[in-house]
This record gives sequence, C-alpha cells and structure tokens, in this order.
Amino acid sequence: MTEEDVTLAVKDIIQTVAPDEDVASLDPSKRLREQIDLDSMDFLDIVMELRKLYGVQVPEEDYKELATLAGCVRYLHPKLAGKTLHCATSV
Amino acid sequence: MKYDAIVIGAGMSGLAAALRLSQHDQRVVVLEKHELWGGLNSFYTLGGRPFDVGLHALTNYAPPGKKGAPLTRLLRWLRIKHEELRLGEHALSEILFPGARLEFTNDFARLESEVERLFPSERAGFAALAEWVRAFEVREDAPPAPSARALLAEHLREPLLCEMILLPVLMYGSAREDDVDVQTFAILFRALFLDGLSRPEGGIRSLLNLLVKRLKQNGAELRTRAGVKRVLVRAGRAHGVELESGEVLEAPVVFSSAGWVETMALAGEHVPRAEVGRLSFVESIWVLDCAPAELGHRAATGFYSTVPHARYRRPDGLVDAHSGVISSPNNFRAEKPLKEGILRISVLANHARWKALDGAQYAEAKQRASEEAAAAVRTYLPEWRGHAVFQDIYTPATIERFTSHAGGAVYGSPKKHLDGGTGIAGLYLIGSDQGYLGIVGAMISGVAMANRHVLMKLAGRAEAPVS
Ligand SMILES: Cc1cc2nc3c(=O)[nH]c(=O)nc-3n(C[C@H](O)[C@H](O)[C@H](O)COP(=O)(O)OP(=O)(O)OC[C@H]3O[C@@H](n4cnc5c(N)ncnc54)[C@H](O)[C@@H]3O)c2cc1C
Repeated sequence: MTEEDVTLAVKDIIQTVAPDEDVASLDPSKRLREQIDLDSMDFLDIVMELRKLYGVQVPEEDYKELATLAGCVRYLHPKLAGKTLHCATSV
Repeated sequence: MKYDAIVIGAGMSGLAAALRLSQHDQRVVVLEKHELWGGLNSFYTLGGRPFDVGLHALTNYAPPGKKGAPLTRLLRWLRIKHEELRLGEHALSEILFPGARLEFTNDFARLESEVERLFPSERAGFAALAEWVRAFEVREDAPPAPSARALLAEHLREPLLCEMILLPVLMYGSAREDDVDVQTFAILFRALFLDGLSRPEGGIRSLLNLLVKRLKQNGAELRTRAGVKRVLVRAGRAHGVELESGEVLEAPVVFSSAGWVETMALAGEHVPRAEVGRLSFVESIWVLDCAPAELGHRAATGFYSTVPHARYRRPDGLVDAHSGVISSPNNFRAEKPLKEGILRISVLANHARWKALDGAQYAEAKQRASEEAAAAVRTYLPEWRGHAVFQDIYTPATIERFTSHAGGAVYGSPKKHLDGGTGIAGLYLIGSDQGYLGIVGAMISGVAMANRHVLMKLAGRAEAPVS
C-alpha cells in the first residue's frame, strides 16, 4: 500500500462526507478546514466512515492529527496497513 | 423485531433523522400512521391532478457551496448534492398591508431598499436589525427572550414596518399567538429574508422521493399504515413501541415527530391541554387555466393583512381572513413550467369550530371560508376566479386527520424542547416541538437530534459539538 493509495482512500471519504466540495484539488499540506467547509460534525463523520469502512478507531485526542490531508495520510497509513482499500460510493 | 432506533412519523424530521442514522449503519425503522409519507408536507392526487400539502416555499435558500448556510450544512449531513434538489428561486415575493407593499427577493439588498423607499427614516434601524440577526447564535442556555415585538420596537420606530416584518415570520412558524420568541424570530428572519425562498422542481414529491430512495438504499425500513399506539417505557427508559396492530418493535432509542403533547400521551404521561398549539389554517387551492403571471400576479409568496395591525391568533369563528399567505408555485423559476396555474390562500382557522360541524355543514363551511379568503385578498390580486377550473380546500380537521397533530396545530406546541429531551431516557422529540420549523428546519431538527443522541455516543464523545 502506497501513500498514494491512502491519499485516495482518505479523499474518497472526504468526498463522501462533503459531496459538493472539490476534493481532487486539495493541497495536502494546508489545513482541510481552510480549504473546504468542514465543521466538527463533519470530522465526526470522517471518523465514523473510517470506523465503518476499515474498522479504524480514532480517539478524540487524535483528531488533531487529521487537520491536513498529509496529516491524515501519515496517521492512517500504519493503521490501514494490510487492509483492502476501497472506494466508498457516495451513498 | 429489534432495531437500533425507531422513528415515529415519516414527515420531514423523521425521514431526515432516519436517513442520517442509516448512513452510519444503524438499523432504523420509520413508522408512519398514514398511508403516505411527508406529514405536514405531503402530497395527494385529486381529480387527476397532483397537489402538494404544505410546501409554499422552501426557506433557507443558499446557492451551492455557500459556507455556513443552514441548507449547506443540512445537505452535507444528508449527503445530498445541491443539484439533486433542483431548486428554483422565487423572482419576487411581497408583504401586503393597506396602502403599503414591500417586495423581497433572495437578494436582501432589495428588501433594504424597499424599506428605505417606504420608510426613509428606518434605513439604519432596519440594517441594525439585520445585523443583529446575522450575529445571532442559537443557544440552549440563552436566557428566555419572549418577545420579538419588543426586539423590533428596539430597532424600528414605525409600527407599520414592525407589523410588516413580523407577519411573515409569524405565519411561517410561530406556535404562539401574536408574537414569537426572539430566537425563533432570528431563525425565521434569516430563513425568509437573509437566505430566501425556493421551490424544488416537481414540488414536495421530488424532495420526498429523494429522501425515501436514499433511506431504502441504506437499508432503512419505512412502514406506512403503521401507527404507534404506545411508546414502551420501563423504569423511566423507552425500549420500544407497540403498534396499533399490537405488534411490538424494540429499540433502545425512539425519536418522535408526533409532537410534544402527542408523544407524551403515547408514553402514558399526561400533559396539560394548554400546551396543545392553537394555530391552524384553512387553505384554499384554485387551479387556473393560465399562469398567475399572465393575469399580472408575479409574486411567488405574499403575506397579507387587510388591517394595519396584523392578526395572528386563533379566530373565534371558523376562519379569520384578515391576514394570510398567498402562494403561487408557478412564480418560482423552473426548467419545466407547471402544466396549470395554481393559486393558494391560507388563512387562520379554529380547529374546534371545524370539528363541531357535520358532513353537510362542513362542505358548505369550506366553500364559505374560501369565499372569505378570496374576498379578503381582492385588493391585492388581479381577478382570478373566472380562470379557476378546479378547487380544493383543506381545514384544521384535514390536517389533524392526516398528521395526527392535536388541534390540527401546524407549528406544534408553544412549548419547545431544544435538547429533544422528554424526561424519559431514550425518547427524544424531533420536528416542530423540538424547536425547528418549516421543511428545512424540520430536517435539521431530525439530523441534529440523531447526531446528538446516537451518533455522538457511537463515536465515543460525550458532548455534541454545537451544530
Ligand atoms: C398549510 C401549510 C403550509 C406550510 N407551508 C410551508 C412552507 O411553505 N415552507 C415550509 O418550510 N414549511 C411549511 N409548512 C410547515 C412544515 O410543513 C412543517 O413545519 C414541517 O413539515 C414539520 O415536519 P415534522 O417532521 O416536524 O412534522 P410532521 O410533518 O407533522 O410529521 C409527523 C408525522 O408523524 C406521523 N405520526 C403522528 N403520530 C403518529 C403515530 N402515533 N404513529 C405513527 N406516525 C405518527 C404523522 O402522520 C406525520 O406524518 C407548512 C405547513 C402547512 C400545514
């Protein structure tokens, strides 16, 4: 599994949670909240999707690791190791 | 059968709550007493024509992607794309009082300039009022501020302007007579004037179809003709419901859109009758052989009063046509124009009076009520009745029959429960009596309560972030 794969999987989840946003052109190093309209409930949705799709639990104290796309990838890469990444459909 | 959550009522709030829960793999069932879904925003066919109940306009219009707008948040939560709603904005709506008319559109500057035109000295006061509303945040722990009239009087000097701004707000969502609390005022002022009005192409059916289709895709169940007879409570905690058929369904969480008084009755608790809402409507619908615009009527929505001091209270008689709402769905932008012209007038009505009538009296009273409404708006509308090809009228009795809301109350009980709590663990209110009104409001209510009472707990967080 490459970083590229994890990036795609994360983007896919963000797109699921925020269908109207342009996720493809996100800058990995900038804060997600500065680029697209995400509030704390949306972060919760992202966390819930991770749990649903990959069985990954993100404790509340780790939410800060998910602030940027690059941060998400760094944090999730080891947790997703060995799992089959799939693209969620929008509903 | 065991579920993760049971939702009572397939109105806007119930469908939205269930959709939200089903996205997170919760096993959900929506139980609806009536044979159709939609509740106060349902649909029916009569004389081969499709009709919408409720829907005059979707409030809270926001263009795609508008940050922080309630509609944007709602669509996000329900994972619906803006384009799927196919919203057509109104070109124009109006507030009509004797000798004074204000126009508004989805561009707030238009209303500001109208206010300035009619009331030149009120320009700054009105701008300050709008600024106050923009800065307002809904807070559960806010001290009670019961009177929007008092708020208006703080900002504006002209009593007529206060009346003209208050009337649409009352008509679109006050459960109280002649006034509304400041919080609801702020929500509705924003919904109507700062955000604005639109209509989904195809009317309420398209929105409902979308919600129901998604629900089913997510594996949630929607059962119609499944009236709930009792909410089952053991040791102060809800654990399921019993249907009118006697069938028992179990779930640790029950959401109810039946209303505060109604829900407590289902749970075997007594609530004073005084908490039943008093406000209901008679609506007359005329189908025309031409579009209202061809007759010169271009407003999508009109809030009217025939007297300078608008009335918003339960009338002593069957109806009070001194004030009301005129609605013309043709006057929203649409890709495909409606086949026929439609004009609807809603006026306040007294539920008990309508219930006391027998069959023949009832039919005659409906006709009389619609004559009264038509006569009241005579000065505000071009002559249209010569173009009518079909008519339907519904009353508080109709509303009660199809939504089971006590007293046919359209905006629920004056008592609201912002945290959804009922005093019974696991039983939560959604919809009007939780505190959010209208179509968008009811959906937000369903989602917010699903977030707060189920999803937050699943995610292992004790405190719900403020939505
Ligand atoms: C004439 C009219 C015009 C309106 N115009 C507009 C408008 O233009 N714009 C706007 O935004 N809003 C409008 N509204 C208001 C809007 O319709 C409501 O605020 C909103 O639909 C409320 O949704 P809800 O889910 O809270 O309740 P409801 O829609 O009432 O849903 C409750 C559901 O619960 C069901 N139920 C009740 N008891 C039981 C039981 N024991 N078992 C099973 N099911 C049960 C009912 O049958 C109903 O389907 C209008 C309403 C009316 C009547």
